[in-house]
Amino acid sequence: MNMQSLILRTAGHFLLPLLLLFSLFLLFRGHNEPGGGFIAGLVAAAAVVLYLFSMDIDAARRVLRVDPRSLLGSGMLLAVLSGVPGIFRGQPFFTAQWWEITVPGLGMVKLSSVLLFDIGVYLVVIGAVLTIMLTLAEAED
Amino acid sequence: MLYAILSTFVLAALAPWVHQQAGRHSGWVLALLPAGLFLYFARFLPAINAGEVVVLVTPWMPGLDIQLSFLVDGLSLLFALLISGIGFFIVSYAGRYLEKSRDLGRFYVLILSFMGSMLGLVLADNLVAMFVFWELTSVTSYLLIGYNHEDLKARKAALQGLIVTVAGGLALLAGIVMLAIAGGSYELSEILNSGDAVREHALYLPLLILILLGAFTKSAQVPFHFWLPNAMAAPTPVSAYLHSATMVKAGVYLLARLNPSLGGTEVWFTVLALFGAATMFTGVFLAFRSTGIKSVLAYSTVMALGTLTMLIGIGTETALLAAMAFLLAHSLYKGALFLVAGILDHEAGAKDFLQTGGLRAALPVTSAFAILAALSLGGIVPLFGFVAKELMLESVLGAPGWVPLLALLAIASAILGVAVAAIVGIRPWFGKRVEMPKQPHEAPPALIAGPAVLASLGLIFGLGPGLAEGGILAAAARAVNGGEPVDAYLSLWHGLNWPLAISTVALVLGLLLYRHWDRARAALAWMETAAKYGPERAYDWMMDGVVRVSEWQTRLLQSGYLRYYIMFIILTTAAMVGMTARIHGVSVGPLHLDDLRFYELTIVSVMVASALFAVLSRSRLAAVAALGSFGFTVALMFVMFSAADVGITQILVETLTVILLVLVLFRLPGFLGLSSRWIKLRDASVALAAGGMITLLLISTHNARGFDSIAWYFIEESVPSGYGRNIVNVILVDFRALDTLGEIFVLALAAVGVYAMIRFRAEDKKS
Repeated sequence: MNMQSLILRTAGHFLLPLLLLFSLFLLFRGHNEPGGGFIAGLVAAAAVVLYLFSMDIDAARRVLRVDPRSLLGSGMLLAVLSGVPGIFRGQPFFTAQWWEITVPGLGMVKLSSVLLFDIGVYLVVIGAVLTIMLTLAEAED
Repeated sequence: MLYAILSTFVLAALAPWVHQQAGRHSGWVLALLPAGLFLYFARFLPAINAGEVVVLVTPWMPGLDIQLSFLVDGLSLLFALLISGIGFFIVSYAGRYLEKSRDLGRFYVLILSFMGSMLGLVLADNLVAMFVFWELTSVTSYLLIGYNHEDLKARKAALQGLIVTVAGGLALLAGIVMLAIAGGSYELSEILNSGDAVREHALYLPLLILILLGAFTKSAQVPFHFWLPNAMAAPTPVSAYLHSATMVKAGVYLLARLNPSLGGTEVWFTVLALFGAATMFTGVFLAFRSTGIKSVLAYSTVMALGTLTMLIGIGTETALLAAMAFLLAHSLYKGALFLVAGILDHEAGAKDFLQTGGLRAALPVTSAFAILAALSLGGIVPLFGFVAKELMLESVLGAPGWVPLLALLAIASAILGVAVAAIVGIRPWFGKRVEMPKQPHEAPPALIAGPAVLASLGLIFGLGPGLAEGGILAAAARAVNGGEPVDAYLSLWHGLNWPLAISTVALVLGLLLYRHWDRARAALAWMETAAKYGPERAYDWMMDGVVRVSEWQTRLLQSGYLRYYIMFIILTTAAMVGMTARIHGVSVGPLHLDDLRFYELTIVSVMVASALFAVLSRSRLAAVAALGSFGFTVALMFVMFSAADVGITQILVETLTVILLVLVLFRLPGFLGLSSRWIKLRDASVALAAGGMITLLLISTHNARGFDSIAWYFIEESVPSGYGRNIVNVILVDFRALDTLGEIFVLALAAVGVYAMIRFRAEDKKS
């Protein structure tokens, strides 16, 4: 797998953090502008895959720190849990909840169960794509 | 009431833990629940005997009008008391009987779940709820028959019981849906008041047949009687509880329950009386012919179930009271006798009457109660069985038709019944002492308690039939009679009449038959061969057929080749869409081709070109690249129609797909020309058919606007209720979040699937 291309390796090093940052940007702006958990997840996954191509599997796993399968599970869990708060207000499962919190220095921040759900989608997408990719890449040897 | 039933399931879940904590005495601890339930149900007695009917409603699925409602009247209360009362003895008995079994915890789970299901079944007022509990009893019965799951015979018997009862359950489901249509309600309490409407409804005959199928399979009526004796593969407490005292009576319960709305017609009487009488005679005849302790008892249970069906079919007031009395008498003596059979097995290792004899000295207490119960089974003065049998004979003689045939079968059954009672009550206890597999000794209290109380109740109710009648039976018979009190009474002494004469003759002839039991069995030996062609043969033949058909269709459909699966899926979809289009007509309206833009045309040409290239290319990499370019042009289309989100997603997915394909690509062998020209033509025509169908569909949907577009709702509501300007995202994460949840779940599953497939194969290779 290791292609030993200097350009690719260098680019991979620099592009990974940028792309991950970009994916977060897409995730958080998704509610108002094009973006959202699914797209952001794909971008983040693509970033890691690029890194995988430029380095090798072990390096990709190292940079991930967690097993992509745990991302899969925690994403699902988060998505399901985001539907729960509505129940406590006597509303049906998955009714969106919004909270406005003032954070010193940042001003007012809108938090919502919807955002939690989107983060869940984000994690599941990263987890799914990377689980498949890394398993396939490992199966090569 | 809901909590009473739920409590059994909760305890069932906790049972293994309780068993660990309580150890040797877990049976007694767990038996506290049925005892408590018995007292709880007993509290209803005064109100029910005063003629009240209690309906308790809990909403369950309000959207579907399904309620968890419970109906407490004489009939359901009689059953509930039997289930919880006998349940108490069964659970405590099992704790000792299965002490050495390592699966005792699992046994408790099953038997308590069964108890809850059975209580739910008899107390449910809603037909759907009743059906759910009905099926639960079938499932728990299956697991209990197959308790010794290492034994092939037990597994086979369990499956047989399950298939017969569940097949009947399926018919029952169709039947109760029709009943609800005819009766205008799913609530029993309402259906029972609209009997005339049901009886005159066009669906009466079909729904009657379906419901009878359900009841007959469950209650082991001829020709479905064969599963019950096989079910004796279960541990004895299970046989005592499910297969004599409670579950098999569920069918009888259903018939009795529905008597006010279905009964009283010519068909009802003819079918029930004749099938019941046939079952009664078949059962007792087969019981007389058998020698296994449990199979004699099982067949005599078949007889009792037939008798009950016949009595409900006869339907006169005397018959209904007789049915209720017989039901109680049978539960008492048969429960006791099965428990005694368990003791014989446990303490003496005897499974067959031929191996037994002269055990009275070794098991004095057990034998006393066994004889008491056997007297009740034979219908001998002054036991409760006698009272019930007298009333049964009286009902048969007063039946609205078929009297000679019914009377003949009833008399023959009475004679054989006495003989069977003698086999059970004399053979093991008196006569010469036979060598036993185990040194016989008296059973511990936990094992004797059940037979003792049940058999004694048979004597008490026999001496004072008014106790049972006033206690519950009159109320039960009234419930079966549609709320009207029945004009009949129970008594030990009915005067010198025909039933008494028949009983006396039966007693003499029965004892005579018993004296010549061995010779009679030898004379009936030819039946063994004949029995091979009975209904069980039909069952086996059917099961073999099922296996053969499924083998055939598996070979046909499950080829193991991906290409055929895909072809099946595509062709089925195309055919279904095509058929719908044909039926409803498709209007391919005017195609506005004049405002087609130049760039649109370009994009479409690129799409067509790349698709063609992907199909025709001889290089795999080139094909992948062509597919990629196809995908990117699709993304371009999305962007053109201002669906930015979808476009971005498409581009990202395409990118990752190409990477994915590249990862697997070089693992594949090179392109080989394996397909013949004919196969290529076939594939091409499948592809063209599917593609053409979709094109047609899209064109027609473009022109068809049957409804207002839902899009406006989302556009208007996105900011005010979703707090977001990106409508696609608001739909995904808020309006349709549940759909998205489903989608990411599928995604996760796919990833896990790929992981498992590749990993496990790699591990297989290694090892």
